[in-house]
Amino acid sequence: MTATVLAIITSVITLVFIIDLLRRGVLKEKYAVLWLGVAGTALILAIFPGLLNWITSTIGVEVPANLLFFVTIVVLVLVSVQLSYELSRHEAQIRRLAEEVALQEEEIRRIRRSLDSE
Amino acid sequence: MSDLVTSTTLVAVPAWNESGSVGTVIEKVSAVVPDARIVVINDGSTDNTEAVARAAGATTLSLPFNVGVGGAMRTAFLYARREGFTALVQVDADAQHDPQEIPRLLDALKKSDVVVGTRFHEGSAYVVRGPRRWAMSLLSWSLSRISGEKITDTTSGFRAAGPRAIDLFADAYPAEYLGDTVGSLTIAIREGLSISEVPVTMHYRRIGRPSKSALWSTLYLGRATLALLVQLLKRNRHALREPVS
Repeated sequence: MTATVLAIITSVITLVFIIDLLRRGVLKEKYAVLWLGVAGTALILAIFPGLLNWITSTIGVEVPANLLFFVTIVVLVLVSVQLSYELSRHEAQIRRLAEEVALQEEEIRRIRRSLDSE
Repeated sequence: MSDLVTSTTLVAVPAWNESGSVGTVIEKVSAVVPDARIVVINDGSTDNTEAVARAAGATTLSLPFNVGVGGAMRTAFLYARREGFTALVQVDADAQHDPQEIPRLLDALKKSDVVVGTRFHEGSAYVVRGPRRWAMSLLSWSLSRISGEKITDTTSGFRAAGPRAIDLFADAYPAEYLGDTVGSLTIAIREGLSISEVPVTMHYRRIGRPSKSALWSTLYLGRATLALLVQLLKRNRHALREPVS
């Protein structure tokens, strides 16, 4: 019973934390939706432990905890890959902006010079 | 070679904390090709590279932070395209390239889109050994195979690009490790540009360049191979293409 209570409390805290981040505008919706989904699923499984047992036996996995760990790892790996993708895209965009800054700065210098010489 | 027009030539010098040598390089370049515009791409230097370059008479493009040679060169290609230059010669700021060779690179540009100054030729004093040599051989063999042209020196930074190459590199010059050398050649080959080599002499600041440790060389081999594979696997190379205004 204490394990169930612990699981429910953890899920609720996570949910509240994500909602708070979203409310304060720190977390963008597209990331918040993912974590809300994860925390929501965890809460449902915490309230109805029988659900996990049922899914486990239905798909033929021996131990319910193993299924939970497997799904968790897959989700976390996918999230990491998604973040690496976003990071690569941002690096490329920032570099592009840096190049543009260098070009614009020279353009401004040239315009200023031609204005001065008038 | 006397009929060489250099007023539409841009000499690009990527520089990162090179205030000690960039001035001399600019003076030597302008002595050889006085009509060409020299642009120093100051890649987030923390010293006075930009001031030295401007004092020596070069145009400067200053990146707000260090982005690496690949990013610096793409800035130069963007500048060349916007300003309408038809030839771009890359010269390193550390004085290892001899500006006297620039006209020869430009002359070879009449027949091909990209010209690479190779350090491997008869009578060259440039010798590499160990894993670094294996890496360079592997890269040169691979690129020669996919291009169908003989490329002996894939990592030379002494190069020239014609109008088609300028247009391509302004959008697609790679910023990854070795992207400025191996990566850019791979892209050029895949886009159907022609590549040729011209033998050049390099000057090293230290005579007999100290050989790096075996570990470093092995890492270099691994990274070079990875860089090549990544380039060969790439598909969408125009992801950040400049919007047409």
